[in-house]
Amino acid sequence: MTALRTVQITRRVDPHLSVDRYDPEGELMLLHFGPQHPSTHGVFRMDLYLDGEKVVKVVPHVGYLHRAVEKLCETLAYVQITPIVDKNDYVAPMTNEQALNMAFEAALKLEVPRRARWMRMLFAELQRIASHLLWLGTFALDLGGALGGGSTVFLHCFRERELVLDLFEEVTGARFHYNTHTIGGNRHDLPAGWSAKVKAALDVIGPRLDEYEAMTLDNRIFLERTSGVGKLDAELALELGITGPILRACGVDHDLRRDAPFHAYDELKVNVATAQGGDCLARAKVRLLEMRESVRLVREMVDSVPEGSINSGRPVKLPVQTKIPPGQVYVAIETPRGELGSYLISDGTQFPYRLKIRPPSLHALSALPYIIPGGTVSDGVAILGSLDPIMGEVDR
Amino acid sequence: MSDELVRGAFYSVLIVTVVLTATAMALWFERKFAARLQTRLGPTMVGPSGLLQPVADLLKLLQKEDIVPERADRKIFNLVPLLAALAALGAAAVVPFSPSVVASDLDVGVLYVLAVGAVTVIPVFGAGWASNNKLALLGGMRAVAQSISYEVPLLLSAMVPVILSGSLRLGTIVQTQADHHWFIVWPFFIGVPAFGIFLLAMLAEANRIPFDIPEAESELVAGVTTEYTGMKFAIFLMAEYIHTIVASAVGAALFLGGWDGPFRPGLHWMVLKTFLLFASVYWIRWSLLRFRADQLMRLCWRYLVPAGVILVAAAAVWVVLP
Repeated sequence: MTALRTVQITRRVDPHLSVDRYDPEGELMLLHFGPQHPSTHGVFRMDLYLDGEKVVKVVPHVGYLHRAVEKLCETLAYVQITPIVDKNDYVAPMTNEQALNMAFEAALKLEVPRRARWMRMLFAELQRIASHLLWLGTFALDLGGALGGGSTVFLHCFRERELVLDLFEEVTGARFHYNTHTIGGNRHDLPAGWSAKVKAALDVIGPRLDEYEAMTLDNRIFLERTSGVGKLDAELALELGITGPILRACGVDHDLRRDAPFHAYDELKVNVATAQGGDCLARAKVRLLEMRESVRLVREMVDSVPEGSINSGRPVKLPVQTKIPPGQVYVAIETPRGELGSYLISDGTQFPYRLKIRPPSLHALSALPYIIPGGTVSDGVAILGSLDPIMGEVDR
Repeated sequence: MSDELVRGAFYSVLIVTVVLTATAMALWFERKFAARLQTRLGPTMVGPSGLLQPVADLLKLLQKEDIVPERADRKIFNLVPLLAALAALGAAAVVPFSPSVVASDLDVGVLYVLAVGAVTVIPVFGAGWASNNKLALLGGMRAVAQSISYEVPLLLSAMVPVILSGSLRLGTIVQTQADHHWFIVWPFFIGVPAFGIFLLAMLAEANRIPFDIPEAESELVAGVTTEYTGMKFAIFLMAEYIHTIVASAVGAALFLGGWDGPFRPGLHWMVLKTFLLFASVYWIRWSLLRFRADQLMRLCWRYLVPAGVILVAAAAVWVVLP
């Protein structure tokens, strides 16, 4: 913690600013930004109090995409829950499944075969590449518009993301909602010749990442729009429970892959990308570096996936009848967006008593009232995009 | 006198028809061009290579329900799309497409083009105001700030060819270049920067990326056109395209020697140069991100305006020097 004490505490924006007292004349304009808006990344609403173009106060509203996933999970057998949580973070479904099934495995004290753990690690890293590519595309859309340069970046990013989805399709048969993880291991084994295809895809993606870096970090307009915008200090980020690339962009070197290894990350050396400044530019830098690191990790892993079983097998006749002994467990993994936690309370039946999902995006959004005020509407859009929120997992 | 009138009327009709057709083709071109930049194919289904896509778009927009928001200022709301298109078309009147093909070669052609082009800000702000929508209002506010600011560098950069040729008449400006050099070639140290400023200011005037903040669909949904549907929206869109085409033609006449060129008739050269400028506008549009409103102002007042003043002074000195 000593490192954190040295962080300079800047004077913070008051998120609970009284508009009536600030502006007794009633001259501020209240703009409902969303839920139907092209750049709210789904259905998110911000109430912006505007003084001209300048934002004075932000009140974020979540819940427009609430589908009662956690309640629904209480009525489903454990193996039936996986495809439901796929739809939470719909940009990185693989890591959703992993966080969930790891909680069940931890509660059952089930040992997952090494091959399955390596496969999960491989999927997680590929998913990180795909997820960050989508983030880069949508961030460019926020900065440059759907009818302009932004959509060019967006479609180029989608081209590479397709390659990753093709790889997943080859393994699981699904391009997106995979349902490939299950209690005790994986459902689908890697097909023959898959590693060659992965390497071929990486040979395409790797050099294109250089292009993206050139398109963004060497782009004067991109730098103008992002540097110094949406500054978040490390202290506040930790206070709000923000994790993942956003926290690392504040200079805090924290990554569960290295600090609390899951899967088989203890067998690998993960270089954690950090950046200083905590602004939109730092967040962009961290994500671009992470994509490179993931490419490196996948290259390293893909040939050394150990042989063996992909599932530990359960001592039950029907998977649906899997029962978890009473107790509670919390498991967290590092998804592309940060710490995704699953908190399970079991009462010994075949249904969870309570399943709480801790989404990283929700915590990221809680920073908005602190970092948008003082900027303009355009900055607000850029800041929201740089946080990479997925409303599916925010609202669940 | 009546000959002059008939000629003017004939070319007016001709130019309006050609510009409107060119607008439709510009839509097709832009879609194809953008698609190629984005590793897509663009329209392919309607007509050969999707050439009839603009027609299909137009038919679709014609069928759309015409919605006027309940609390909008109906009169202004309905009037401004037309005004926008007229202002954009009006500027085409003085553009010399060849020594003879010009609707009206006014003595003050450059002034007229800039003045009529500047009128477009009124319908845009009118739309923002009359829509009674906060996003549209913000867009209108931005449009006014941007257009008025960028008038200044646009005017300054357009002054350079005027000073160099000693005439406000577009025909004379082109003729001077045909007789001597294109202003972008000689004196290039004045012509090239002036052309650059003109191009930037033109992008801003036509609300094109990186200066399209009045629309800024990722921030303001569609800016001033948020509440417009169907044909009214189409007319707004058309006005923007016409504005870009006319501005490209004026740029070609002011700096690129207009109709001047070897082997082919002047009209061909003028069309080619206009097209190249127009294409570069779309190239920029589909490859750059957008500035923020305050950065836009900073760019204008801190860099473009001083540079423009210096260039005008330099041009004046150049003319006086033997």
